[in-house]
Amino acid sequence: MLDAAETQTETLLEVNNIEVIYNHVILVLKGVSLKVPKGGITALLGGNGAGKTTTLKAISNLLASERGEVTKGNIQYRGERVQDLNPSDLVKKGVIQVMEGRHCFEHLTVEENLLTGAYTRGSSKSEIDADLEMVYNYFPRLKERRRSQAGYTSGGEQQMVAIGRALMSRPETILLDEPSMGLAPQLVEQIFDIVKSLNESEGYTFLLAEQNTNVALRFAHYGYILENGRVVMDGPAKELRENPDVKEFYLGMSDEGRKSFRDVRSYRRRKRWLS
Amino acid sequence: MPDQLVFAMEVFLNGLMAGVLYALVALGFVLIYKASGIFNYAQGVMALFAALTLVGIMEGQVPFSHLINAVFGTDVHHFGWHMPALVSILLTMAVMVFLAWAVNKLIFNHLVNQEPIILFMATIGLAYFMEGFGDIMWGADIKKLDVGLPQGINIPIDETTYGWFGYGFFIDNLDIVATVIAAILVVALVIFSQYTKQGRAMRAVADDHQAALSVGISLNFIWVMVWSLAGFVALVAGIMWGTKSGVQFSLSLIALKALPVLMLGGFTSIPGAIVGGLIIGVGEKLFEFSVGPLIGGATENWFAYVLALIFLVFRPQGLFGEKIIERV
Repeated sequence: MLDAAETQTETLLEVNNIEVIYNHVILVLKGVSLKVPKGGITALLGGNGAGKTTTLKAISNLLASERGEVTKGNIQYRGERVQDLNPSDLVKKGVIQVMEGRHCFEHLTVEENLLTGAYTRGSSKSEIDADLEMVYNYFPRLKERRRSQAGYTSGGEQQMVAIGRALMSRPETILLDEPSMGLAPQLVEQIFDIVKSLNESEGYTFLLAEQNTNVALRFAHYGYILENGRVVMDGPAKELRENPDVKEFYLGMSDEGRKSFRDVRSYRRRKRWLS
Repeated sequence: MPDQLVFAMEVFLNGLMAGVLYALVALGFVLIYKASGIFNYAQGVMALFAALTLVGIMEGQVPFSHLINAVFGTDVHHFGWHMPALVSILLTMAVMVFLAWAVNKLIFNHLVNQEPIILFMATIGLAYFMEGFGDIMWGADIKKLDVGLPQGINIPIDETTYGWFGYGFFIDNLDIVATVIAAILVVALVIFSQYTKQGRAMRAVADDHQAALSVGISLNFIWVMVWSLAGFVALVAGIMWGTKSGVQFSLSLIALKALPVLMLGGFTSIPGAIVGGLIIGVGEKLFEFSVGPLIGGATENWFAYVLALIFLVFRPQGLFGEKIIERV
């Protein structure tokens, strides 16, 4: 399944067979492994509760504050074990998460929100100002609204603030959780276009968790499909788009007409075998 | 000018001065509440503890002397030094920073993501612990605190007002100093929280813990910082109250007067704490002066709370409280 081009590029982030337990009892991830190559957009797909957000939080180490922990497996960034680091150390290493549901600082202005992204940097004011201009370049809408409180901006603008804020930390890898959530299709398209151009022209690496399989597979290079805390399928985005199971179960189309429940069950069995 | 009006003016000014002291305590509450959502019941006790420590260090008192003497049969009480006021204040500040660190390390780190009511209960526990701890450490007797602040009637104001109205206003020098210091403190805090990187991080943490973590802000660092700031404000309040009426355990009760101040000013607003404090201070003095005699006096005990209650009904977020942002 491996793409020739993919084997050549350096793997930035590697997740090896991790298990995550919340509150010491709730097993959420049951052995997830994935690789994020440098300069790629890797998509993490799956329905509600499949474990996409948990995987991202396990990587960015935001689990601890929700009483979750990685109990098995390991996470490596540039070949270095990172799962015991603080989120702030990880941000300094260049991995930052844009959380699901945007999570702006409501009472801070748009510009102040962006500036908090540069918190871990010891850079001079002029460098930070330059980066602020870069973010405004990608999101001109934010420049217009720089003085308004983030809580009063629209959902799309808040998503832009959240992404822009992450950019301000000068990251290498951005973990982007569900950027399409609650946004109109047109806005989703716009956000993904920006992600794509950030990837292509600035070289940011993305790991993208998304329910909207259709959009995600159009923009991503490689995809992993999660179900019930396990990776059930992975492959280059192009192949996943063509895969009949993915088409039917995630893209909502099928060339063979309706399938009966029996087929569905056999599909599930097959999947388990695959993982 | 009629006498009554002149008296009222003096009462008004004295009310303003009293309000400043309420405001100082309220300020400590606001800082911690803003950054961590914790309503710190122990703020008043922190002021007491700071004042006790300051006196202890200045007078060269041996901490835990009663305990040490009881256990080892010794008879130590004093180191026999007199520390200069400024050095003692700096040392006390170091103690307050250590306290901030310890409180976060020992209590609040274990309560991350708990309900606000649980955090509140923890601060009640902390308040009683610190009250007892202060008692064991420095003794329960009333102490005199003198860091060299001017005290007594301000002669120029007395003379000028005598010249104007034929009646000299009695304004305490200490109150004037307290007002000036409070004003400086507020301006400094507002500048800090609005225009510095750490201040911005503090406000970010107040808004959304998770998001703050995700951009690499260390919650621990911010909380220790905020508790240290609150400790500093408590120290200033402790110095003012302690100089005015001696360092004694009733000092921790002024925390209760700060509550209506907060309801008026809003729990999240630094300027609100000041304005609220002034309104309560002036309000209760003027009310006592004008209505008090008609209904038998002692209105100062309840006036602030009734005023706060009225505010809660009509403007629950207080005068300057952050608007609750609701997008529709």
